[in-house]
Amino acid sequence: MTTQSQHAPKMATPLEPVMQFDPNAKVPFAKWVQKHLFTSLWQSLMTLVVAALLLRFAWFVLKWGVIDAVFYTPDPDVCRAAAGACWAVIVEKHRPMLFGLYPYDEHWRLVIMMVVYLSTIVASLMPKLWNFKILIPLWILSVTSIGILMFGGVLGLVYVPTSEWGGLPLTMILFSGTVLIGMPVAVVLALGRRSPMPVARGVSVVFIEALRGVPLITILFVAVNVFPLFLPAGVEVNKLLRITVGIAIFFACYQAEVIRGGLQAIPTGQYEAAASLNMSYWQTTRKIILPQALRISLPAITNHIIAAMKNTSFVIIIGLFDILTATTAVMQDPLWRRYYIEAYLFVAAVYLFFGYALSLYARQVEKWINSGRI
Amino acid sequence: MSNIIAQTQSPSPSPSPSPSPSQRLDQGPMIKLRDVSKWYGHFQVLHDVSLDVRKGERVVICGPSGSGKSTLIRCINRLEEHQKGEIIVNGIEMTDNVKNIEKIRRNIGMVFQSFNLFPHLNVLDNLTIGPMLVRHMKKKDAEELAMQFLEKVRIPEQAQKYPLQLSGGQQQRVAIARSLCMQPEIMLFDEPTSALDPEMIKEVLDTMIELADSGMTMICVTHEMGFARTVADNVILMADGKTVESGTPEEFFGNPKNPRTRLFLEQILKH
Ligand SMILES: Nc1ncnc2c1ncn2[C@@H]1O[C@H](COP(=O)(O)OP(=O)(O)OP(=O)(O)O)[C@@H](O)[C@H]1O
Ligand SMILES: [Mg+2]
Repeated sequence: MTTQSQHAPKMATPLEPVMQFDPNAKVPFAKWVQKHLFTSLWQSLMTLVVAALLLRFAWFVLKWGVIDAVFYTPDPDVCRAAAGACWAVIVEKHRPMLFGLYPYDEHWRLVIMMVVYLSTIVASLMPKLWNFKILIPLWILSVTSIGILMFGGVLGLVYVPTSEWGGLPLTMILFSGTVLIGMPVAVVLALGRRSPMPVARGVSVVFIEALRGVPLITILFVAVNVFPLFLPAGVEVNKLLRITVGIAIFFACYQAEVIRGGLQAIPTGQYEAAASLNMSYWQTTRKIILPQALRISLPAITNHIIAAMKNTSFVIIIGLFDILTATTAVMQDPLWRRYYIEAYLFVAAVYLFFGYALSLYARQVEKWINSGRI
Repeated sequence: MSNIIAQTQSPSPSPSPSPSPSQRLDQGPMIKLRDVSKWYGHFQVLHDVSLDVRKGERVVICGPSGSGKSTLIRCINRLEEHQKGEIIVNGIEMTDNVKNIEKIRRNIGMVFQSFNLFPHLNVLDNLTIGPMLVRHMKKKDAEELAMQFLEKVRIPEQAQKYPLQLSGGQQQRVAIARSLCMQPEIMLFDEPTSALDPEMIKEVLDTMIELADSGMTMICVTHEMGFARTVADNVILMADGKTVESGTPEEFFGNPKNPRTRLFLEQILKH
């Protein structure tokens, strides 16, 4: 069965043969089913068995999750009596799960903060707005307003110290801090590792290898407990900031290796062409090498960014609760603790939403790159 | 160690397509190589190569694979470092001094066998990036300049395309235009047509012939003997890191002194 590819590859260099395989080719469903599921008796049998199991599972999910489920009740005993899921636990506990220890009456500030945060991120991800004249004021504005909303202490807002922050906003702040601090560090480390200067190379290699070799929790322990010992008396760096930097540096060491892979994939001809145009090291790096290396490593970079989103739970070691650890804490409530599965499913759905959004966006970026839009 | 110094002061001005060499080549040498040697580890690639190239002169270098042709011309703009001898361009000696390297490179454009265009930039940006970053030209001026050279290589309509969307011949012409945008006095070509399909070779050679007619100083590594015959003032054969023959096309093709040249010409003209 041959399938005609719909989008013929636009770009074929003289060196590469045109690819015949097209993962997006459409095959008629019935033919696909016949070819892949019912070619032999044995295979047909397996198909039926697996289909039966899948249906059984789907029915269980439907019955447990919808038909027998309790969606709303303030009374845990109602859930106890029901055979299905107790989604009421989410209705009941969503505020401490989403917002952690943040003062209950101030939760509205976090809602506004999340709206500001998400709109800023979404705006920043649109190529149309990739212009410093737009992005710099936008970020100054939103970082300031997020700061005001989170800390308070001005404009009649109650002051909330970082030790009371928590939940999804904390996850968001930690995650963006990790990426915003980590990515530039990663680029510097990757360049350093391939630098012609032995000192820069040595420092980068030692840094990357040493930090990749230890568990994240160790780095955070150092950032939280050891680092302050080196500061002069009286000087204190905020715990949340320290831990963000710790997570970011750990992230950067892995990301640096990914970027190095991209750098290694750039043919020497690119360096030579830039040199023959008399471009300097930094001009070559910024305008020729890095843009290509980052494009090449984009899938792997995305991978680490998504993983970083889940590392935020490590703030628990300074007694802060991100969305996951806040949920664990909330589920200690003896009245509702039976329904931890439902609660964790909710948290999983939140992670899935953001993780999937990130990977969809990364896929879109790859498409833009391939079509030459960016 | 025997070395045969390339004789480039063509003493007998012979008939040539454009203004006679004696008129064109009246200045002293623009590029001067004296006993240049280079090693890769223990392997000596270049053996005391000497060569003079005067302003406006067109030199073609040919020779068997691995004979050091690429290495030699890459030493002239310091894509490779030579370990012995002198390379002097426009009176500036090529040393470790970064300032000197920059000054020399400013006058030299280079075209590669594999084009080496920047795949993430479109044609216009490939052409303007050098003038903007290195010569600090304004975007508008750089684009005007780029369009002039795209007209010259006859592909102004491809300005918005990306390199990989062009044919090999078009890519190589973009690469030539990219070098010309830096307005160099000297152009180096390292087998500019050997990665191309036969039907595209001509369009690139035509561009190079036009460039030669405009008086550009050129050093071309190529096996296109027709090009060498019509354009070159001086044809050089390299073998085993040495220049074994050097002379006007008439001498080189008509009456080669070295048996290796005869052998080489026999082999290459058979194809
Ligand atoms: N980076 C390198 N390290 C070690 N040896 C090298 C290196 N580059 C080239 N050589 C060797 O130096 C010799 C000359 O190479 P060069 O590329 O100058 O030859 P060439 O005359 O241009 O050949 P071709 O016609 O195949 O391009 C060859 O024997 C090659 O193997
Ligand atoms: Mg070569």
